[in-house]
Amino acid sequence: MSTATAEKTAPLQWNYAPAPESVDPQFRKRYDLFIDGKFVAPAEGNYRPSINPARETTLAEVADATAPDVDKAVKAARKAYTKIWSKMSGKERGKYIYRIARLLQERAREFAVAETMNGGKSIRESRDTDIPLAAAHFFYYAGWADKLEYAFPGRKAKSLGVCGQVIPWNFPLLMAAWKIAPALATGNTVVLKPADTTPLTAMKLAELIQDAGLPAGVVNIIPGGRPTGAAIVQHPDIDKIAFTGSTAVGKWIQKELAGTKKRYTLELGGKAANIIFEDAAIDQAVEGIINAIFFNQGHVCCAGSRLLVQEGVADTVIAKLKQRMATLIIGDPLDKNTDIGAINSKEQLGRIEALVASGAEEGAEMWQPSCELPAKGFWFRPTLFTNVSQSHRICRDEIFGPVLSILTFRTEDEAVEKANNTAYGLSGGVWTDKGAKIFKVTRQVRAGVIWANTFNKFDPTSPFGGYKESGIGREGGWHGLQPYVELE
Amino acid sequence: MVYGTKGYRFNSCRARQISVVTGELIMQASQQPYPNWQPSPAVDQVGVEERIARLNTRSIKKESKVQALKLALSMIDQTTLEGSDSAGKVKQMCYKALHVHDALPGLPHVAAVCVYPTMVRVAKAELKSSGIHVAAVATAFPSGQADHDTKIQDLRYAISEGADEVDMVISRGAYLRGEYNYVYDEIAEFKSICGDVHLKVILETGELGTLDRVRHASDLALAAGGDFIKTSTGKVQPAATQPVTLVMLEAVRDFHQRTGQKRGMKPAGGIKTAKQAIQYLVIVNETLGPDWLTPDLFRFGASTLTNDILMQLVKESTGVYQSSDYFSQAG
Repeated sequence: MSTATAEKTAPLQWNYAPAPESVDPQFRKRYDLFIDGKFVAPAEGNYRPSINPARETTLAEVADATAPDVDKAVKAARKAYTKIWSKMSGKERGKYIYRIARLLQERAREFAVAETMNGGKSIRESRDTDIPLAAAHFFYYAGWADKLEYAFPGRKAKSLGVCGQVIPWNFPLLMAAWKIAPALATGNTVVLKPADTTPLTAMKLAELIQDAGLPAGVVNIIPGGRPTGAAIVQHPDIDKIAFTGSTAVGKWIQKELAGTKKRYTLELGGKAANIIFEDAAIDQAVEGIINAIFFNQGHVCCAGSRLLVQEGVADTVIAKLKQRMATLIIGDPLDKNTDIGAINSKEQLGRIEALVASGAEEGAEMWQPSCELPAKGFWFRPTLFTNVSQSHRICRDEIFGPVLSILTFRTEDEAVEKANNTAYGLSGGVWTDKGAKIFKVTRQVRAGVIWANTFNKFDPTSPFGGYKESGIGREGGWHGLQPYVELE
Repeated sequence: MVYGTKGYRFNSCRARQISVVTGELIMQASQQPYPNWQPSPAVDQVGVEERIARLNTRSIKKESKVQALKLALSMIDQTTLEGSDSAGKVKQMCYKALHVHDALPGLPHVAAVCVYPTMVRVAKAELKSSGIHVAAVATAFPSGQADHDTKIQDLRYAISEGADEVDMVISRGAYLRGEYNYVYDEIAEFKSICGDVHLKVILETGELGTLDRVRHASDLALAAGGDFIKTSTGKVQPAATQPVTLVMLEAVRDFHQRTGQKRGMKPAGGIKTAKQAIQYLVIVNETLGPDWLTPDLFRFGASTLTNDILMQLVKESTGVYQSSDYFSQAG
């Protein structure tokens, strides 16, 4: 008889060594406003530091645009619209957009590092998702520029004029691409305001647009805070507003624009239901739940923040989920092995903490893995809540952080009812091994985007947008052209 | 649904209560084996491939890379399974297993050598008490196309020659026909014959066709008493792949969750580079956790992997790559 089985070798304690991405993001010390093809100082001379939320260090100073600057930008955009861009053929417009796409692709790594340093998201995501998708949007809409008559057969698609675009801090460059690409393809000019915490990739995009030789004034980028955004919304010579951000601001914009001729699209909050049926491929569903809620630290309007799991597999799913959450690597966003980066800002961290505290107070049961967090910067552990009821704030309010609320259901009907019991309707997910169930359930969930057996998949060809308080209008795909044209 | 020896699919913790001496079920009067009605979970291939792609983005550098390379080396089942195998070739392979690269001190030896039963005696004589195991393939390897008695004879012969481990093949024909109880009983019987000899159950995933079947066959082999589940014989393409490995590791994880027992897993065939080996270790680490980072619970079946790992280890130590001429071949 062999003694082979008696010998035991102690397992290796294996910790991945740091693997930081080392490309230089090429930040300037100071960024002015990008108006009429040039970088110009702000009228009131104010600059604010833009920081790295993972280290709380200043990366660059960025100009703060005020009402006079907005006016200047709108005038430049109007001039460029009237004199050049609206007269240019679609084919020529397309060439410029393709050039932006190619330049972005060539400098993808530099932009990824910049995005990660300024926003806190992991380099894995900025490298594999944000920047490639941003380039893909420019490529996609460049292709439409000379084919608008085929997009709207029998009708003439006329451009609108000057578009005011206000974007959020969760996907800074990608949101800029979502806004700028379709506007340019349809012959409009743009005044874009990046979010006040994450202006740096937008300013780098301004440099790239200069390099691409885009005619002056076609794209103007003016960073600033809420007053800047308000000045854009209220400017009388803007024809269309495109906003992505919070539902509260979206409602304010709607009130402001009531009775004006300005068109608008709003892409607002969400509280998506991710429904796991007991016949789902459980291990892959668990991975899907992780992607749904912890992608980009949960700073995702379409995050799957409400998990609805069928009771027969609830214990299994929750146990597996905890096991998987314990393997998530939290820390330096520039490390290629980091899964969860820093929270975007101190303010956002405060909002997450307050909502999580309310969850515990209202009687839900909280669980977090026992990972260490860096001493500096803004961090929040991936968190799940069980014992959640439909009336808890953590089940109703958008947390916009790595926090998952878990509810169970028994029947299909109950799942649908719970999924729809929200003020939002942006996205949703259904996990089942049965094809027929996918179609039956997804047709009943009132949300703009529903994924089956996957989550958080984005593609420039696919329209994106919400029902109810999640917004109005669609971005992406053929649908994304419509808000930027007047059909005759 | 899988059925066991008495027509039930046993709850896994009971399935292990087969006496290794007699091969009979140990049952107290009051204890009836009761069926486990939980079906094997569905597996979504697209999701598995996405998970693998994400795991492959792990960047393993510096000291963690050296650790991984040494660990991978210690997990290798150095294999030769050719009709042309000779005593001389097996002796050379055993020497290589003991002295993987004397120019670089401090390296572990491989876990085992894997040979046909007729070569077990030769290998045992070479390896003696080195701690390197001798594994024999048996039960009509690689096709499994023999009658039951012949397989048993093959198995008994390998054990009598002194094999520490046996790599068996399941009857794929029976499995694909849906005769799951036959396959289960066969594995359980082989395990009872093996006793303390480690039994690795080769599923030959390249012939199973779907990841659903890979998962189901893994559950079956674990419940029937296999100490390890192994992907492939190396004689069928595709051999080991990362998606298949992930699914089998998930089966091992769930089995541990249910029963508290730690079983092993061995991908075999097609793992040729150090980079691949590190990717596999990442999959193990993030699926089963660090407890499985030991040759007791994870192995690589490979014939040419050793030298690629050595090349990387020399590079980490000296900063330059050496030509393959500087690394002795295994056989």
